[in-house]
Amino acid sequence: MTFTATNARPAPRRSFIAQNPSVLWFLLALAVFTLGVTLLSEATGTGFLSTSFVKTLGKTLCLCLVAIAMDVVWGYCGILSLGHMAFFGIGGYAIGMWLMYARTEIIVTRSLMAAPIPPTEQEIVDSIGTQIFGVVGSSEFPLIWSFADSLFLQLLMVIAVPGLLALVFGWLAFRSRVTGVYLSILTQAMTLALSLYLFQNDSGLRGNNGLSGLQNIPGLEEMGQATLSIVFFWASALALGMGYVMFAWVVSGKMGSVIRGIRDNEARVRFLGYPVERFKLFVFTLTAVVAAIAGALYYPQAGIINPAEIAPIASIYLAVWVAIGGRGRLYGAAIGAAFVSLLSSWFTGGGAPDINLGFYRIQWTDWWLILLGLSFVAVTLFAPKGIGGLFDLLSHRHAPDRVGDYGPDKGALRAEEGSEPEEAK
Amino acid sequence: MSTLLELSGVSVSFDGFKAINNLSFQIGEPEMRAIIGPNGAGKTTFMDIITGKTRPDEGRVLWGEKGVSLLSMSESQIAQAGIGRKFQKPTVFEAQTVRENLAMALKNKRGPFDVLFYRKSAEGAARIDAIAEEIGLTSDLARPAGELSHGQKQWLEIGMLLAQDPRLLLVDEPAAGMTPSEREHTTDLLKRAAQTRAVVVVEHDMEFVRRLDCKVTVLHEGSVLAEGRLDHVTQNKDVIDVYLGR
Amino acid sequence: MLRALVLSFLLLTGLIAPATAQTDLQTILQTHAAEVESPGRQSVGIVLNDLAASGLPGVAAFLEAWQGREVVRNAQDGLFYRQGRAQGNDVPLLDIATGAPAGTAPKSALTESRPNGGVRREIASALVRFQLSDPDIAKRSAAVDSIARSPDPEQVALLAESIDDEPDPALKMRKEQLALMLTARFGETTEARVEAIEALAGSLSLDVRATLNQILTTTDGVAAEAPQANIARLREPGIDMPLFTAYRELVDAGLAPPRVPPAQLKEALAQHVEGGTVAGIPLAQLSDPARREEAYQALAAQGLVAPTVPEADFNRALEAHVFYSAYAETDPAVTDAARRTLDAIQTKVGVNQTADIALDALSLASIYFLAAIGLAITFGVMGVINMAHGEFIMMGAYTGYVVQLFIPNYTLSLVVALPLAFAVTFAAGVAMERLVIRWLYHRPLETLLATFGISIALQQLAKNIFGTQARPLTSPGWLDGALVINEVIQISYIRIAIFVLALIFLGLILFALNRTRLGLEVRAVTQNPGMAASMGIDPDRINMLTFGLGSGIAGIAGVAIGLYAKVTSEMGQDYIVQSFMTVVVGGVGNVWGTLAGATLIGGLQKGIEWFNPSNTLAAQTYMILFIILFIQFRPKGIVALKGRAAGD
Repeated sequence: MTFTATNARPAPRRSFIAQNPSVLWFLLALAVFTLGVTLLSEATGTGFLSTSFVKTLGKTLCLCLVAIAMDVVWGYCGILSLGHMAFFGIGGYAIGMWLMYARTEIIVTRSLMAAPIPPTEQEIVDSIGTQIFGVVGSSEFPLIWSFADSLFLQLLMVIAVPGLLALVFGWLAFRSRVTGVYLSILTQAMTLALSLYLFQNDSGLRGNNGLSGLQNIPGLEEMGQATLSIVFFWASALALGMGYVMFAWVVSGKMGSVIRGIRDNEARVRFLGYPVERFKLFVFTLTAVVAAIAGALYYPQAGIINPAEIAPIASIYLAVWVAIGGRGRLYGAAIGAAFVSLLSSWFTGGGAPDINLGFYRIQWTDWWLILLGLSFVAVTLFAPKGIGGLFDLLSHRHAPDRVGDYGPDKGALRAEEGSEPEEAK
Repeated sequence: MSTLLELSGVSVSFDGFKAINNLSFQIGEPEMRAIIGPNGAGKTTFMDIITGKTRPDEGRVLWGEKGVSLLSMSESQIAQAGIGRKFQKPTVFEAQTVRENLAMALKNKRGPFDVLFYRKSAEGAARIDAIAEEIGLTSDLARPAGELSHGQKQWLEIGMLLAQDPRLLLVDEPAAGMTPSEREHTTDLLKRAAQTRAVVVVEHDMEFVRRLDCKVTVLHEGSVLAEGRLDHVTQNKDVIDVYLGR
Repeated sequence: MLRALVLSFLLLTGLIAPATAQTDLQTILQTHAAEVESPGRQSVGIVLNDLAASGLPGVAAFLEAWQGREVVRNAQDGLFYRQGRAQGNDVPLLDIATGAPAGTAPKSALTESRPNGGVRREIASALVRFQLSDPDIAKRSAAVDSIARSPDPEQVALLAESIDDEPDPALKMRKEQLALMLTARFGETTEARVEAIEALAGSLSLDVRATLNQILTTTDGVAAEAPQANIARLREPGIDMPLFTAYRELVDAGLAPPRVPPAQLKEALAQHVEGGTVAGIPLAQLSDPARREEAYQALAAQGLVAPTVPEADFNRALEAHVFYSAYAETDPAVTDAARRTLDAIQTKVGVNQTADIALDALSLASIYFLAAIGLAITFGVMGVINMAHGEFIMMGAYTGYVVQLFIPNYTLSLVVALPLAFAVTFAAGVAMERLVIRWLYHRPLETLLATFGISIALQQLAKNIFGTQARPLTSPGWLDGALVINEVIQISYIRIAIFVLALIFLGLILFALNRTRLGLEVRAVTQNPGMAASMGIDPDRINMLTFGLGSGIAGIAGVAIGLYAKVTSEMGQDYIVQSFMTVVVGGVGNVWGTLAGATLIGGLQKGIEWFNPSNTLAAQTYMILFIILFIQFRPKGIVALKGRAAGD
């Protein structure tokens, strides 16, 4: 705490960086990485990296962003949310609706204009509807597509829909003091409900077909996928950088102090006079919105989104990334997400060589998940600090051994030994 | 000395067990009060009711000059209204430094956005320094609270209470596990605090209570058995029967 | 039942026996030889009556042969025979009564009896009468079926006649019902029909509903004014049907000139583009529907395209006519009675469906109970959420599958599989507790994640061993089929078996927890681990056993679930969230709570499915939303531990 009252307005920023040197290091690494990829890409550099690999890297940056958000809500605030990939997906759907509508509109208008008689507005809309919803046997535009023709409104939806959902859900859950594993299960249920809803054909979002063709950005057709991949890569890097700085700011200073306090002893914070529920709601909603923004950047690079991406398992994987990377430190979460997701695509994509044991041939496409699952158990048991813990060794910095453990312990509804005063009985 | 907190006819039961039975209690400001009683007398439940952790089945809990009911307020609202509580087991935020612990407790607006855009002020820093000096942790401000000794944690928690600047302090067994010199220090701290505010101390240790030199309330089976100076109370036959005479 | 059948059969043969003694089929035929040889529609009745009166056993066979033009008269002996397949000039003959070979005869000597269409119909109804009172119940039943399949007004009387003599009570009821249905449709007087219709009330049979619906068949019509017909209802264009569809009806009825639909109109315009304009209107303006219409009318005026009605006339025409649905049945008394009866039946069907759904819900609840109880035990006793619980279910199911590979007898394999599944998953659970969970007590969130790691590893392992395709776990034959209570309510035996299994486990678990030493220790550890430890209970051992027990029950649940669902490596995932919900909704650490939770969730899911039967996804979605709301009001579940011991 180096702030003093004499700090003028520009001063805190310096001291914020000074106090959090990891922010500077992270931004530096991100900048170097971004420049490197740009120089090696097909569109702007030597072409050493294929466009699809640039896209993979761009997507990875988005995953890092959502992992940071997850770290804030879980690692700092102690809420193990199994719903943040759902918010991520909602962001993707929100932007996907515009992308799909606008692109279909261009195609449809072009083809209708080619006919001798110019189309009426109704004909254009009907035709777009048939194009988009034909696959689920409909041509009517559902109500939720009302804003799909406006990029601005749909961008607003990227923030508003998950924000509102998180706000309402969080308000309900926190208000009734649902904590710990209960809350995790409840968020998992929310995620499941959402994905099941989207799986329906009459959800208005094309059922299990999802939204596709999102890699084609309306108005930017001329640009070509190679350039586009770099544009999105930069956008993702920018978002990650900004998200990192924002979250670093949030979790430093007094806010960080309070939310870490909530993680370690919610009741104590409450008796200090802090409305704990509102803090949790704030963190939950803020991270949900950031997750949605990450999703809105991710899916145009992925090209397709479907309800399977929202299934609870995705959110659990997110928690796995953060845990492997190291909870309670933002760069840990980012490293974990990048490391595990890239490793995962390397293994499942057939990049890893098979191991011949003589009597059995280990094919990594089959065995990767087993390796991941078991190494995850190992990390939980033996290296709770995750990969980020290695940095402590490097910098010879030893955090004090925590006497308490991560996260609230009340979810089990079992009082810790001796914590209940004997006069209860 | 005006009445700060008033409980009247409060009862609460858990699964049929009456933890508090038609309890009435008053404390003024400034005042020091010690509460003693055997195990199961309802001391902790009494504090739970005041701080909003437990809702009584019946009775009234009124606060301040205006007589606001505390029953409809949440724990955090009650804390903001000016009631601070120290738990039996020292509960400080062990992963954070002493300064951070005190800063968190410092009296300020408590909303999420107030906290997010909070700027440190000279008064705040001065207040933290003053409290740190009072509780004897000036040289430990930058240390994580988890590294403190048991007694230091107790003081830190009392310091956090003082930083909240409450009108009423509820202190649960502050002397438990302390060395004699630490106890003395603790007694001084509490006595000083009681010069400007109301302090309620729940304590087992008669010696400690004697040193506080204040009015004593004896709880038994969820209601007040006796009240008065310690000497007076210890003469009381009922008290001797149920408590001291064991 | 069987005795009654035998008795009635004896009775029948006894009745028939004296008749055979007196006369035989050939004699009767010879009596009416000319008529049999060339039957006429008017006169054949006498022959048929005599045949019917004779009560001979071969009559039905003869009538069938006659109807099929197989009956010949041999000029050589004047007798009637059935003819076989001709070989060259010789035709093999069969005895008319017994069907036994009776030599051959040259083609020329044989006169075929060729009943015409009218006669054959007479024969057919006589035949029905025979079949309806045939001694063989299968034949009678087939006859009733055939009448039900193609109802015919003439059969009403025949059917009615045969009812009194019908010995089989079930078939008798069917005959009565069929007679009522025929009367309802073809009865001669209104009173008779209404009476029959009203007598049908209370039947749940689909045939009855079909009959009533047939009576209530409507045809759509349109007219300037409502006609004097038995009108079912009026149809509103734009509400009950699209405007264009309504207008097409008008056009088809010749009540209005045709209007070209927009798509055709556009096409027609496209064919008449001249120099960037259509009928003088620039192309650019044709994105406006009003201008299009204008252009088309202009083209029509020039005679270039078929005329169309302007929009105003279109609307006026729709308003000026009445669209209605009229009953094909002209008698309002009959249709009213049919409607009333049908409504009453639908209500009754609704009640029965509710009962059916309740049964369905009960079986679903038993499945959820089996799936969740193990989880509830580990969660309640140890405060551990086991994400790999679903994989233990899967493990149990695969154990059952592997057992069936070795033991082909399904009953025996099931008997082996249940305890074996318990043993396998018990061992897996104990291993997991010893290796992983033990180190993570009091860190529930990390337990959750570690067990999740185990869950994905186990799932993938199962995929590697058993492949991705679903494996069957076949239930023994005696579990096939369903218990049919009536036409609406039925429940498959497997589900009943699962229900029984759930009951058994409820009993076993209650017994184990409340009546055994282990249960006592488990409860002690649940309520106060510190105190339990100081009383000499080894919490380590209790935790291990509890976890093994919870996992073992999951294995048994896996066998049960595998019996009616496919066994795949992902089957655990289908149940895990519902199991969590069951535990959370029910309240932790309480067997009754789990039971209540399972019942609530099973009932809820089936209940919501009922409102929207085609969409189980929606049902699950809404169920989960309901649960999220439910937690708001009872955060500790239905059966909550009360007091401060429950913690905060």
